Amino acid sequence: MNPFDYARAADPAEAVRLAGARPNTKFLGGGTNLVDLMRETIETPDSLVDVTGLSRRIEVLADGGILIGAAARNTAVAADPAVRKRFPMLARAILAGASAQIRNMATVGGNIMQRTRCCYFYDDAARCNKRVPGAGCDAVGGFNRMHAILGASPACVATHPSDLCVALAALDAVVHVEGPTGGRTLRFIDFHRLPGDRPDIETALAADELITAVELPPLSAAARSTYRKVRDRSSYAFALVSVAAALDVAADGTVGTVRLALGGVAHKPWRAAKAEAALHGAPATEASFRAAAEAELMDAVGLPGNAFKIELAKRTIVATLAGLVRGERS
Amino acid sequence: MRFIINGQSVERALDARTSLLDLLRDHLHLTGTKKGCNQGACGACTVLVEGERINACLALAVQYQERPITTIEGLGEEVALHPLQRAFIEHDGFQCGYCTPGQICSAVGMMAEAGRGVPSAVTADLDGDSVDLTHDELRERMSGNLCRCGAHNGIIEAIQAAMAPAPAQAAPVKEDAR
Ligand SMILES: Cc1cc2nc3c(=O)[nH]c(=O)nc-3n(C[C@H](O)[C@H](O)[C@H](O)COP(=O)(O)OP(=O)(O)OC[C@H]3O[C@@H](n4cnc5c(N)ncnc54)[C@H](O)[C@@H]3O)c2cc1C
Ligand code: SF4
Repeated sequence: MNPFDYARAADPAEAVRLAGARPNTKFLGGGTNLVDLMRETIETPDSLVDVTGLSRRIEVLADGGILIGAAARNTAVAADPAVRKRFPMLARAILAGASAQIRNMATVGGNIMQRTRCCYFYDDAARCNKRVPGAGCDAVGGFNRMHAILGASPACVATHPSDLCVALAALDAVVHVEGPTGGRTLRFIDFHRLPGDRPDIETALAADELITAVELPPLSAAARSTYRKVRDRSSYAFALVSVAAALDVAADGTVGTVRLALGGVAHKPWRAAKAEAALHGAPATEASFRAAAEAELMDAVGLPGNAFKIELAKRTIVATLAGLVRGERS
Repeated sequence: MRFIINGQSVERALDARTSLLDLLRDHLHLTGTKKGCNQGACGACTVLVEGERINACLALAVQYQERPITTIEGLGEEVALHPLQRAFIEHDGFQCGYCTPGQICSAVGMMAEAGRGVPSAVTADLDGDSVDLTHDELRERMSGNLCRCGAHNGIIEAIQAAMAPAPAQAAPVKEDAR
């Protein structure tokens, strides 16, 4: 690990000021991703600004939404009674990720900003456009079981590894950000980028901008929502495919509100807008769910190691929605 | 930097790069906490901070100043074993023993989480505020601690035994345990 300076920020303004005072500064949450990457010298910041002392409040808003401070621990969010009741998919997504120890350390801000688990990104003997722009991508012809089937580019086929973020994408979350010139908000679905020819640029956040909170707008359909994760072992593994879904079925048996997002399939948490459009007003049956899944995965491209994920994603969408119709809770 | 480890205050001048794990093992010679993968994947380094389990390998010590930290050395001693330590011996909760300190610290943290009603991935009802620590719940909640010897069944049995209310008469101690 390269040497670095450490400072702890007392409030967002101080965090932004400290980050602006030196080039090559990174914010530090629980460190569960950043410390690992620094140890491998994939990340080499000259200074760290510890933002774990900033707001970790989880607050129910007057409109029924929830505002979550960026320093809230993943465990605290998953255990929060209002989150569990109003947005169970978020609690389930968090609980499906990592281990209890890591969830106790990890912050919401850090989870959103965590980097891919592509093994070539971690291996500085491999070629990786995300690590060294223009170097090439060893994943395309290599081990790509965990890689993207949607929205990838010739430059990078990595996936975003977060579970929590898949729920945020489905729930139309809003990211509150503080920068040197003040605050702004971003739609969560615009927060992460597709790789294009610059896979090294992963989000719409500037280097000196801080995530201060995540807001979940009210969504009554989310009270009946869930998260389903398919992985190589049943706990403590990253997703091959995951589905965050909320579903409201009208009295006549047709789909009312539906929210669907996929994890493990793309460079960003993937909001399944095509499937949602196909489902609107359709009968809430497995046939409709299958048709919607086909629509979403129409443009999917498989690699030798991950082509199976296209069918897996379709089946997981169908199974998750059918489970919600049956009233299954998990 | 000042740390509070197992109830004692200690001061050390540290490089900011020092992990909590290296502070414990290399600077304070508390070698009960183990270094396994050093990447957060195995749980051998699990310690308790304010009663919550974390992986000490991914924790920068500088972030844990002035916060009560408990390691396996703080839970029990050879002459006065923690109930979980005794249960691990009685139920073959280990073979080589390398993961055991992490397993035991993790189990202590796990029980506290369940006591506070923290759900897990296998909790069916998220609206309930108490958790029934079934076999499946224990397996899921302990999945952050790997055991290469494959003693997981013994580990779960040991935790169940330690959680069980004390039996009316003392349970027979398996003489061949270990
Ligand atoms: C073994 C292992 C298994 C895992 N499995 C899963 C899994 O199955 N599912 C899953 O979702 N995750 C998994 N994770 C990843 C884990 O969830 C993340 O490492 C964690 O959420 C990161 O949070 P942190 O607070 O520790 O971030 P840090 O490591 O402190 O920071 C990560 C990044 O976020 C930036 N950052 C932190 N806070 C802010 C802020 N407020 N504003 C702007 N930038 C910020 C940092 O600068 C850094 O770039 C796993 C991790 C490990 C080690
Ligand atoms: S997939 Fe992306 S992260 Fe992985 S090696 Fe290729 S460029 Fe790097």
